[in-house]
Amino acid sequence: MSRKMPEIPSASLADIAFMLLIFFLVTTTMDVDSGLRRRLPQWVDKEQEDDTDINERNIFVVLVNKNNDLLVEGDYERIDNLRERAKEFMENPFDDANLPEKEPKEIPYFGEVMVTKGVISLRNDLDTQYGTYLAVQNELVAAINELRDELAMRKWGKPYSNLDSEQQDAVREIYPQKISEAEPKGKI
Amino acid sequence: MSKFRKDGGKELPPISTASLPDIVFMLLFFFMVSTTMREVTLKVKMRLPEATELSKLEKKSLVSYIYIGEPQPQFQKTFGKAPRIQLNDQFADVSEVQDYVIAEREARVEAERPMIVTSLKIDENTKMGIVNDVKQELRKSAALNINYSSRRRAER
Repeated sequence: MSRKMPEIPSASLADIAFMLLIFFLVTTTMDVDSGLRRRLPQWVDKEQEDDTDINERNIFVVLVNKNNDLLVEGDYERIDNLRERAKEFMENPFDDANLPEKEPKEIPYFGEVMVTKGVISLRNDLDTQYGTYLAVQNELVAAINELRDELAMRKWGKPYSNLDSEQQDAVREIYPQKISEAEPKGKI
Repeated sequence: MSKFRKDGGKELPPISTASLPDIVFMLLFFFMVSTTMREVTLKVKMRLPEATELSKLEKKSLVSYIYIGEPQPQFQKTFGKAPRIQLNDQFADVSEVQDYVIAEREARVEAERPMIVTSLKIDENTKMGIVNDVKQELRKSAALNINYSSRRRAER
């Protein structure tokens, strides 16, 4: 058996590879799925819903009606201003009597800090557009994220996302993401 | 300038195509690694809203999707133009969301179940009524991690 095997032609290899390539181009997608991450509250039955009274000054009421207008703390507001308003509410830098109370809390790295008791309450109409709703949510989340970032910059000189997890926990405790969504009513 | 001299005397050797398969295979592997399989065919039209505070969904295997939007033109004859929910490959009713969530949960390993994220892909012109019904159903079936899928908005 001294006969040599003929070499397999490899000219069609490129064609085969191209075919595979095109198959993968067609059947796959490249989009990275990203979005606004939220956590829904636990389901509670109607009877055992707790009506814990929260002081009026501790609630930041945002209403969105069916025409996609915003009512923030009783007056009309444009969506561009919402972030500033929410930040002012959560921070309450001058201990204004109309803005939320604060309570002292022991927090690692910071010692005793005055932590706001403020809660953001968001309520929308059943006919509100989803786009507007998400824009409002985005502004509220952005407000809290900015506060966290500012605090992290002041304390460690780097943004919140670059802190280690314990530091992040501490910052999160000072500025919790308390956004509650009330059940929408037919009309506001 | 003898470099650019035109002389018909010598012929250029043909470019070797021996490396072509290698190049194509390289491209192929790139696409295989960086993309994911399309798992459903969309039956609803969607234009996702824009947002800035985005986080990426890291583990694709832990994500289950709910689509809401106007049916595609070819389905509008039978299903009308009102926004509909799509689960897997078909239109569904609000009452079917719970079953879907439970089925999705059953399909995962037990250790991974608390980490399941439900990604809501909703058209920005949808009314909140239907979105809200879905959210209530998700709460009832204890799928509390949700992700409002959206596009990145250019910073102002």
